[in-house]
Amino acid sequence: MIRIIDMCKEYRMGDTIVKALDNVSLHIKQHEFVAIVGPSGSGKSTLMNMIGCLDTPTSGTYYLDGKEVSKLSDNQLAEIRSRKIGFIFQSFNLLQKLTALENVELPLVYQGVRAKERHRRAKEALESVGLGERMHHKPTELSGGQQQRVAIARALVSNPPIILADEPTGNLDSKSGEDIMKILKELHGKGNTIVLITHDNNVALQAKRIVRIEDGKILQDRGVD
Amino acid sequence: MGFAQAFKMAVKSIFSNKVRSFLTMLGVIIGVGSVIAAVALAQGSTKQITDSIQGLGTNLIHITIMGRNSNRNVTYDKLQEFAENNKEEVTYIVPQINGNATVKVGTKTRNTSLIGTSPEYEHMMSKHPQAGRFLSSFDIDYMQKVAVIGTAVANDVFEGKNPVGQKIKIDGQVFKVVGVLEEKAGGQDQSDDDQIIIPINVAQRLSRNSVIRNFTVQASTPEAVDSVMEKLNAFLTKIYGDENAFLVLNQAQILSMLDDVTGIMMIVLGGIAAISLVVGGIGIMNIMLVSVSERTREIGIRKAIGAKRRNILIQFLIEAIMVTGIGGIIGVLLGVSIIRFVIGSIDLITPVYSPFWILFSFGISLAVGVVFGMFPAYKASKLNPIEALRFE
Ligand SMILES: Nc1ncnc2c1ncn2[C@@H]1O[C@H](COP(=O)(O)OP(=O)(O)OP(=O)(O)O)[C@@H](O)[C@H]1O
Ligand SMILES: [Mg+2]
Repeated sequence: MIRIIDMCKEYRMGDTIVKALDNVSLHIKQHEFVAIVGPSGSGKSTLMNMIGCLDTPTSGTYYLDGKEVSKLSDNQLAEIRSRKIGFIFQSFNLLQKLTALENVELPLVYQGVRAKERHRRAKEALESVGLGERMHHKPTELSGGQQQRVAIARALVSNPPIILADEPTGNLDSKSGEDIMKILKELHGKGNTIVLITHDNNVALQAKRIVRIEDGKILQDRGVD
Repeated sequence: MGFAQAFKMAVKSIFSNKVRSFLTMLGVIIGVGSVIAAVALAQGSTKQITDSIQGLGTNLIHITIMGRNSNRNVTYDKLQEFAENNKEEVTYIVPQINGNATVKVGTKTRNTSLIGTSPEYEHMMSKHPQAGRFLSSFDIDYMQKVAVIGTAVANDVFEGKNPVGQKIKIDGQVFKVVGVLEEKAGGQDQSDDDQIIIPINVAQRLSRNSVIRNFTVQASTPEAVDSVMEKLNAFLTKIYGDENAFLVLNQAQILSMLDDVTGIMMIVLGGIAAISLVVGGIGIMNIMLVSVSERTREIGIRKAIGAKRRNILIQFLIEAIMVTGIGGIIGVLLGVSIIRFVIGSIDLITPVYSPFWILFSFGISLAVGVVFGMFPAYKASKLNPIEALRFE
């Protein structure tokens, strides 16, 4: 499903070149639950942005469902983000002026789903993360854990096969973090492919496979029993 | 994403920041409002002047003597001769001196317009007295200090008393009121009812500017106008030896001159409108650019969850068009209320509501939104999602 071959991403900062990704090759099959771990600045987020088609690599190839992503146009990338990928960010990234429900509806808006249908599905998604009661609240009126659950609802509302979560528990206490992990595991149970970035070993151990990355290189790639 | 959705988003964004949106609109509001009001004023006053000129009938010819000329009454005398010699084509020749005067009765004073003319003025302009009489040839021959007054003057300085036979001071000299004119404009200040008519030669002496520069000639029929004009031109050229010393115009020519003036006025108005709308547009562009950079993160989020470039472009463009559109509507309302409550309250001018200009200026305000919203919207749509998401 996800096949990355010899991918490099370089950032030029004045005279120095930072290699955020250095010849990374990674293969993730459908229905996997992968945790990506590594120290800060090792390139985890960069890798996730590549997988999520938010960024383009300096070199290397990326096949998503057999299609070569680097050859796609901006519009086609947006289409892939819309249909195949659900993002969950460490800092939630909800739109502050919209209610929880409107935030969750947004991916469907860009898919052109009709208002009624949108409403129904967004409500369902919010209920599935246990926020049926808080639909009409704005993000500022919700706790961090609740906001992250809204973000999860938004990621799964369009039913994307791949869920990408960049430190989804990083800003939360352990209890809320556990709730989030429970939801992610449920999603995995339902057949989604999940890529999870984390600093926390306990969190990583809940995945089925751990990829360790350092200085832009993959150091270790192992399964979890 | 449909337009309805983009529309909803724009409404939300505009109303979530009301003060700023209003300030952004202000340029467009003022631009559109002032154009509509100014056009109504210009067209209203033009229409009024046109109407009053047309009201005089088509067989009038106006003569204006230009420049300095020391032959006091030569022109008037000679023109009277001319009229005598062309009896079958010329009905009247009426001299005219226009000015302003301060009139005083007892302790009441008033400024009004003063016309010095001859008795024929009554018939040519159909200004008949409702009480007393008009000027007579006796008044001219013996330079009588008599005056015929309009109702606005009569009502003000005589305060309801019958003015006929009373004394009135005009610029310090005592006159006798011999008649009151019929009311033509509801007795309004500065209208045709706010004037005072005295014998031409008395007016000459009163004004110390003793040259009569204006004459009105009435041709016997509309068909005779051209021939009379030709003869007048030849006659006056002979007197002055210079074709540029005078101007002979018929009504159509005056109207077309008026048209030229109106045309220039409209161009000036259009220019002012264009400038104010461009200024408004730049304001909108400025605020939109600020708004795009403020909302960089929002744009990043939208892109991350599947918004295409086009979606972002349309969102910001519709927002800009809506700001200018609402500004345009408020501007139209402002313009119409200026017409109604400000210009309308000056009875002097009846404003003309011009649907064309109202629609036109509203259309322009929408166009301003498109033109000046395009660049910020394009900038927003081009943002790199990753960089946008990193933005704090
Ligand atoms: N836009 C950018 N410009 C310059 N350098 C960048 C940019 N984005 C990332 N980098 C650099 O690339 C490297 C990898 O960054 P990345 O965000 O992927 O790290 P990370 O593993 O996610 O770190 P953390 O755990 O702190 O989130 C870092 O050295 C970072 O400074
Ligand atoms: Mg990171």
